[in-house]
This record gives sequence, C-alpha cells and structure tokens, in this order.
Amino acid sequence: MTAVTLPAPRRAEGIGARVVRALLIGIAVSFLALLLLAPLGAILAQALERGVQVYLDSFADSDTRAAIRLTLLTAAIAVPVNTIFGVCAAWAIARFEFRGKSLLITLIDLPFAVSPVIAGLVFVLLFGSHGWFGAWLLERDISIIFALPGIVLATTFVTFPYVARELIPLMQQQGSEEEVAAITLGARPWTVFARITLPKIRWGLLYGVILCNARAMGEFGAVSVVSGHIRGLTTTMPLHVEILYNEYNFVAAFAVASLLALLAMLTLVAKSLVEWRMGSGRT
Amino acid sequence: MAAGSQRRFSVLPGFGLTLGFTTFFLSAIVLLPLAALVLRTAEISIDDFLAIVLDERAIATYRLSFGAAALAALINAIFGFIVAWSLVRYDFPARRLLDGMIDLPFALPTAVSGIALAAVFSPTGWLGERLATLGMQVAYTWLGVVVALVLIGLPFVVRSVQPALVEAQRDLEEAAETLGAGGWYVFRRIIFPTVAPALVTGFTMALARGIGEYGSVVFISGNLPMQTEITPLLIVIKLEQFDYDAAAALGFIMLVISFVMLLAINLVQAWGRRRLGLEGRR
Repeated sequence: MTAVTLPAPRRAEGIGARVVRALLIGIAVSFLALLLLAPLGAILAQALERGVQVYLDSFADSDTRAAIRLTLLTAAIAVPVNTIFGVCAAWAIARFEFRGKSLLITLIDLPFAVSPVIAGLVFVLLFGSHGWFGAWLLERDISIIFALPGIVLATTFVTFPYVARELIPLMQQQGSEEEVAAITLGARPWTVFARITLPKIRWGLLYGVILCNARAMGEFGAVSVVSGHIRGLTTTMPLHVEILYNEYNFVAAFAVASLLALLAMLTLVAKSLVEWRMGSGRT
Repeated sequence: MAAGSQRRFSVLPGFGLTLGFTTFFLSAIVLLPLAALVLRTAEISIDDFLAIVLDERAIATYRLSFGAAALAALINAIFGFIVAWSLVRYDFPARRLLDGMIDLPFALPTAVSGIALAAVFSPTGWLGERLATLGMQVAYTWLGVVVALVLIGLPFVVRSVQPALVEAQRDLEEAAETLGAGGWYVFRRIIFPTVAPALVTGFTMALARGIGEYGSVVFISGNLPMQTEITPLLIVIKLEQFDYDAAAALGFIMLVISFVMLLAINLVQAWGRRRLGLEGRR
C-alpha cells in the first residue's frame, strides 16, 4: 500500500468553505493525534518513567539480548528467502503469459487475507507434538514447533507476499524490451538480469524488502502460536515485550517496545525516501 | 500478442525455473499448510465439528470479533474519509508528516500497538483517567477491542480513498464548478459517488483485517470468556490446551471467513471499475 503524491491544495473560497475546512482539518488532526501520536508518546513516557539509566539498563538483561538476536536471525532468514521468491515470481508472472496466472497472483496474496493466528496454527497442526508429523519428528529428535524452524516458517508465511506484490505490477508496467534486445544480441541470462533488470527494479525491490523486514521483525500472532514462549530461547522481541508486560515489568516492556517503535519510524522514513526516489516512475 | 503465444516464442530465459520455484515455494509455505488445516478439520466428525463451532463461548467470540471489526471499519470509513479529504484537499502545518504517519499501524508491531493503546486507555492512563471520570471505561472492555481495530484498519481506508479523491478532484469537479454548482452539491453528486467504491473497498479491507487481528487486541481487551474474548484468542487457548481438533475447527471457520472477505473485496473492486467505467484502464 503506497502513499499518493499529494496535489497542491486549492485555495478555499468564502466564509462557509473556510469554516468547513477548519472543522475538517481539526477533526482529522485530532483523530490522528489520538490514534497515532498518543500511543507513540505513551511508549516513550512509560519506557523513560524511571529515568534514562533504568531505561538503558533494561537492555543489559540477557533474555532481552537473546530476544533481539533471535529477531535479527529470524528476519535474516525469512527476508532473503522471500526476496528471492518475490523476484522469481515477478519474473515468471511479468515476463511470460501462461494459464492460471491471475489465480497464481491471488494465491500469492493469500497470507495477507489469513489471520496471523491461523498462520501459526497450520504449522502446529503439521509439526506440533500432536500434529501429523509430530511423532515422526519426535522419534528423530527434531524440534520445529517451540524452536527456531517454526518461528522462521511462521514468519516466512506472514511476510510471503511483500516483495512479490511490489515487483509484479512494477515489472509488468516496465515491459521487457531491453531484456529481449540484450538476449537477442547474445547476452547471457544472468548478465541480463544483473545489468538490466536489477537496476530497473531496484527501488521497488528495496521498497518490498523494507516492508517485508518490518513485518518479519514485528510479527506477533503467528510467532506467538509456534514459539512456546521459552524465555531467552524462543522469544522474539515482540514476544519478549508480552512476557515483560505480563510480569508488570513495564519499564523493560516499553523499553523493548521503544526499539520496535524506532524500527517502525525508520521503516516509514525509508519508505518515504524510496517513494520519493521512485517518483514519477510509478503510477 | 495473444495469450499463450508469448511463452512459446519468448526469447527470454528462465520461465521454467522461476515458475517452478514460485509454484514449489508457494505450495510448501502457504498452500500445503493451509490444506493441512482443511484436512485436519475434515477428520473431525460432523457432530463434534458442530459442537465446537456452535459452542456458546465460540459464538460469543464470533459476535465480538465480527461486531467490533464492523464497528471499527465503520468508524474508519467516516474518520478515514475526513483524514484523506483533509490531506488531499487542504494545506496545513504537519500535513506531510501526518500523511507519512498514516502507515504507522502497518509498520508498528501489533504487540507494541497493543501495549501502547492499553497504556493510553487503561484507567490509570492519561486518556483512560479522563474517560473514567466520565464513567466510561475503554481498556479491558469491548470498546478496547474496537479502539485497537480502528488503529489497525485506518491505513486501509485512507490509502484506498486518497487516490480516488485526487482523481475526482482532477476530472469532474472543476467541470461542475465551472457550470456553477455549489460546494455541497458538488460533493454529494460528483465527488462522493466517484470515491464511494474506494471507500467501500477500504471498509471491506479494514473489516477483513480486523476479524483476524490478534496482537493489538489481546493487550487491551481483558480477554474474559463470553465477554471480551476474540476468536483468534480462543484458537490460541485451545492450542495451549492441546485441543487440536477445536483449534483446527475454529481456524477452519476463520479461513472460510477470510475467503469470503477476499471474494467480497474483489467483487467490490470489480463493481467500482464498472461503475466508474474504468474497465480496461487499470
């Protein structure tokens, strides 16, 4: 979902129009302040309630550090995998005609329509101790659920469409004349991709990766179902926030939350910069 | 070029490889796991299935999940429209900043939104305290669920309506004003009908997202059975009790609702294109 380029507003005329204008802006700004700014302020206020030192100390906790590491590791696996998938899917869909294409596009978007809890549930039903492969996995001493593989699978599921759905329309719109010309002139396929396609799609690709990464690091519902909440072992940052919060350790909970909020703000800034770079190249 | 011919005659490489990998990965990560949910549900006898999904506690969760999501989507349709309108039409301080902030609910992890809203609206929070003096409690009641879902659904409505408003402004409206029509008339007869399909699309997307939302809700809802328990939470509770049958059956119901919502979104978009005569333009 991308922002539109805001057009230059027109001058309002007449006293009635000016009253309506002030009223609507007032409602809009109050609504956004209440819904978006107040929660952000609350995170900061709660995290710093007992001073900066206590805030900083909460990051020294070994379980908190383990949660940060696990979140980074999960994103480091799920994001590249989904990026490779997204590029492959966009190449196949945007460069070739085949039967069932629109069905394929719908299916790729499916994880967006499914509740995060369902995304976790399906993997528990497959690999959990009472799941289909549960006994088989137990015999071989392989853990998927309540371990890293389950967390990575659930994260990959919920972040699945991000890169693909950004690249497919972009590549469809760009067309393939340059690639066709290069191939006809004898360039090798990999060279064509690296030298022609990749530069053409880089901003769209970056855009998809940024959104994919934000979701991968911030996913709660799906990961919560498969993680088992083992402190210091299978808790990602959002799950660690939950544990600390439920222990009434509010400063630490909001301290970790403030890191995630910072990540969200950086994501928004990066997203705006990329949107600005893509400029008129997008429709 | 006719459909089907390009593949055979395309000089571009990699069709088999990329489509093969796409299909394989899609099946492995998304389709087979979802199929497992359907098959697991099919193993439950019909009587057991009905007993699970028509259980009193389960029905209370549907009512809350669906009702709160619908109310939140409606609130977003009204206020999201005003927000989109103000951002597109008027210039005011912090306009660009607020426009960029619209996507915050997408970027902010849902658990963080959840505890932040709980902090704002809890009886000791700065807004909850003021509401409490008015005798109103939001956090840990069904109202809390609605507030969380309003936050989550906002970007869907605003980002859906904004481009339609830009479009409406460009084309029709100036023509109408040139012909001497007044402000309210122009809005009611020209702008609103043009934007309506986008507004309905945004409403439906916010509704779909709200029904499945989990992270932002569980911290502010109180999670009392029969009162403030949403369906995704009931699934999690069943899983924690290792009641896989109940979790699968309830998950199946939610999956069916997701498909219905997906179908509804596609129908609304097709209706919008037909209505605006944009068939073939996008």
